[in-house]
Amino acid sequence: MAASSPLPTLTTKDLTTDQDVRWCPGCGDYSILAQMKKALGTLGVPREKIAFVSGIGCSSRFPYYMNTYGFHTIHGRAPTFATGLRLANPDLQVWVVTGDGDGLSIGGNHLVHALRRNVDIKVLLFNNEIYGLTKGQYSPASRIGTPSKTSPGGSFETPVRPLSLALAAEATFVARTIDVDPQHLVAILQKAAAHKGSAFVEIYQNCKIFNDGVFEYATEKSVKSDNVLYLEHGKPMVFGKDRNRGIRLNGLKPEVVTIGKDCQLDDLLTHDEVAEEPTLAYLLSRFAHDDSPTAVNPFPEPVGVFRTVRKPTYEEQLNSRVAEAITKKGKGKIEDLFKAEDVWTVE
Amino acid sequence: MISNNGTSGSAAPTAAPLGANGHAHRFEEVESVTIRFAGDSGDGMQLAGTQFTNTSALAGNDVATFPDFPAEIRAPAGTLAGVSGFQVHFAATDIHTPGDDLDALVAMNPAALKTNLRDLKPGGILILNTDGFESSDLKKAAYKTNPLDDGSLKGYKIIRVPVTKLTREAVKECGLTPREQDRCKNFFALGLVYWMYERSLETTLRWVREKFKKPEQLPTMEANTKSLKAGYNYGETVEVMPVQYKVGKAKIAPGTYRKITGNEAIVLGLVAATQLANKPLIYASYPITPASSVLEGLAELRRYGVKTFQAEDEIAAVGVAIGASYGGAVGVTGTSGPGVCLKSEGIGLAVMTELPLIIVDVQRGGPSTGLPTKTEQADLLQAMFGRNGECPVAILAAQTPSDCFDIAFEAVRIATRFMCPVFLLSDGYIANGSEPWKIPVIADLPRLEVKNATQPNSDGWTGTGHESGAEGEGGGAGKFLPYRRDELLARPWAIPGTPGLEHRIGGIEKQDVTGNVNYEPANHEHMVKTRAQKIENIALTIPDLAIHGDADANLLVIGWGGTYGSITTAVERTRRRGLKVAQAHLRHLNPMPKNTGDVLKKFKKILVPELNSGQLSWLLRAKYLAPAEGLNKIQGRPFLVSEIEAAIEKALA
Ligand code: SF4
Repeated sequence: MAASSPLPTLTTKDLTTDQDVRWCPGCGDYSILAQMKKALGTLGVPREKIAFVSGIGCSSRFPYYMNTYGFHTIHGRAPTFATGLRLANPDLQVWVVTGDGDGLSIGGNHLVHALRRNVDIKVLLFNNEIYGLTKGQYSPASRIGTPSKTSPGGSFETPVRPLSLALAAEATFVARTIDVDPQHLVAILQKAAAHKGSAFVEIYQNCKIFNDGVFEYATEKSVKSDNVLYLEHGKPMVFGKDRNRGIRLNGLKPEVVTIGKDCQLDDLLTHDEVAEEPTLAYLLSRFAHDDSPTAVNPFPEPVGVFRTVRKPTYEEQLNSRVAEAITKKGKGKIEDLFKAEDVWTVE
Repeated sequence: MISNNGTSGSAAPTAAPLGANGHAHRFEEVESVTIRFAGDSGDGMQLAGTQFTNTSALAGNDVATFPDFPAEIRAPAGTLAGVSGFQVHFAATDIHTPGDDLDALVAMNPAALKTNLRDLKPGGILILNTDGFESSDLKKAAYKTNPLDDGSLKGYKIIRVPVTKLTREAVKECGLTPREQDRCKNFFALGLVYWMYERSLETTLRWVREKFKKPEQLPTMEANTKSLKAGYNYGETVEVMPVQYKVGKAKIAPGTYRKITGNEAIVLGLVAATQLANKPLIYASYPITPASSVLEGLAELRRYGVKTFQAEDEIAAVGVAIGASYGGAVGVTGTSGPGVCLKSEGIGLAVMTELPLIIVDVQRGGPSTGLPTKTEQADLLQAMFGRNGECPVAILAAQTPSDCFDIAFEAVRIATRFMCPVFLLSDGYIANGSEPWKIPVIADLPRLEVKNATQPNSDGWTGTGHESGAEGEGGGAGKFLPYRRDELLARPWAIPGTPGLEHRIGGIEKQDVTGNVNYEPANHEHMVKTRAQKIENIALTIPDLAIHGDADANLLVIGWGGTYGSITTAVERTRRRGLKVAQAHLRHLNPMPKNTGDVLKKFKKILVPELNSGQLSWLLRAKYLAPAEGLNKIQGRPFLVSEIEAAIEKALA
């Protein structure tokens, strides 16, 4: 786009298709859809340059509702289609919409490898900790004790921590946000869009029907500030209704402390989202809500950007290899290719 | 070849030039020779065979090769499991196969002798590395007595050569370690064989200079040069044989040629077809035998604009290829049977969304891991039916190594013209086998015109998009209808990034024309039939099935894929003996050419040789009620010509 032409702004209407939205009333997906339209509206990317790719599950219906290019693919494999699309068409902004079953269970392998390669795709993992579309079975993200049709008496498998997994896979952008926190959600989506390389965003999403209220501790007004840590780059990690609690590092162990009582503000951990090593981000990704009555000083769950670092993307590297090969030996002509081996002529 | 058993060609002793030591040699002119280099997988037999092939091709022979290697990369040295072989058939006539039985066998150790001797003709030449026959070597090959002196090799012309010792002697001044010295053995043996067939060393010497051109490789270059020459001179000086054999130039159509394997031809075909169609090629694959060399070959071609992607698994590979096609490139994935299993769901999505996709399946022995390095034709019905729901795709099969080039073109044509997945079936035999390939003139190659949608296409469409229970958008002017079809039922290919054509596609059943999600019963039936009819329509764009040989024969021999060479040779030979035989070979397996049923009806008897239990037979019977009789071989090895000859004779008896 020429520098002088104004950036297009897109209204919600521009981005809406006339397909009936078929999520259950009260589903967290509605809010995510609405905030996505808001976020895209301000980015200055024209509609035709945006593509949504999804797998299978409630969340994966998303592309049908966005008036952009869209591809509803097969279970778990969305990152592969998105990768191919980026290889063919590096001008597109490609979003992958997936869920905890699609992205962490059947498609776990592809997620890991897309992130590791740093393909320039934005992966949104709608985590509702349950299988919705197949009507209520526990998922690999279900917390221990989750009752479901296939886990009578409560699930007992250790759940995946999506952000820990993404960080272990060398993701260059890792963030978490919540469906019912519109401002935060929009801001995170915009940051993900602006990131060059793989972006991984976990969105807490309430499944009204099969896992209602599982994130209540993080969304309910009366308790959320005690249970959620809003990460801000360069700022000390402070949380709590009275903004008097924080995170301190004790050796290699983080701990929750009270400011003024256990320590001073300066003693708290400062968030550094651009740290080269993902150690701090990983540490934060381990904080999990604990509402057991015996919990002493339980950790808040961080939301915000855990990590954002710039590394060459897969496409940048591949394209530069192609360019390099052409500079070195010239653009290949098929005639030469045919004769790359010994040839002989029969008269 | 050889005159004293007279199985092939006429032997005509010619004038005798003087050898280096002043002895007179006799030359015999023969029509064709089949030779196999066999040794341990670490002995460099593939290289020796390849070099011999290149030299013979450059000398003007027709050539056909058959490499045969073990599944284990390095089975314990000297064992039967570790034997690697390379067979070369070179001739002064037009040939189609690497040859049934051997005129000459080079065996570097007892294991190679044991596993290959059964293919040597009675009276054939047997070159043995006597240094490889120590008692420990014999034990590894489970020989109780030494075949060198127990009389068991009486029926052959044995040439005993202490290859290891002579090689060490020849290269001793090059400064190599003993281990490195021994790695030159293959070139000593090759030099000797060059002498036997009066071949020039120049092609191989040039290769050596090119391969080891770095300064630090100088000793290796010298050693290989010396061992090759030493082998040649040994033949001449010691006069290991009273005769040398000469295979004249074949009568080959004028043109410029190179040697090509099936996998190399796929690489060239895909690149050429996409370049001429002005479409980027994206090849996504997961390494698997025997398809990996396609990925490796394409990875080298970045300056031709080719992008390759080594995926994390087979499923990802097909996903990336489909995503690439969605993005406007020609997406290709390559694999073998086990990989096809994993790709099935992805292929189904490409059928459902109607996107171009090429799946190269280089078949190997199955089921499961099966025989990874051996050939088989047992994925035909998998390609045909191996997906959920009714999910038709186009299926093509290459018949020779060089035909892989043309078939790759055809695959690109069909995939982009009809917006559908295309299976390109090859097999281990033609993938690794090689033959001379007449390099095409670029101007003569088909230019595929690939159209992409640029404009809304709703003009003249009167539907609403809401009939039959569709969920979504309607018609009206200025809309893009992603499933509005052309006369052959192909849908438009709109590339993301094109303004005004934003649309959504997916694996859920859709309404025709609009592409809106649709679960209505009648629509589903309509769509299943439409997708099938679209594939059937491909037949309107392909040539008729040709009958070769005697069109008025009682017997038709019909095959597909890599059996072409053996079938053709068998038909030629039986006809030369006065039998009436017709031959047809299918390159399009789905849909088959329009006249296939009519062709089959012309013949009383139909013989279908296949390297499986009868998959084409099954299709021909089911589709055309034809009395197809199978000749089936499932041994991981190609047909011998003689096997098909025998079946033809039996059918006509
Ligand atoms: S099942 Fe749950 S996740 Fe799915 S649409 Fe309904 S509320 Fe949303």
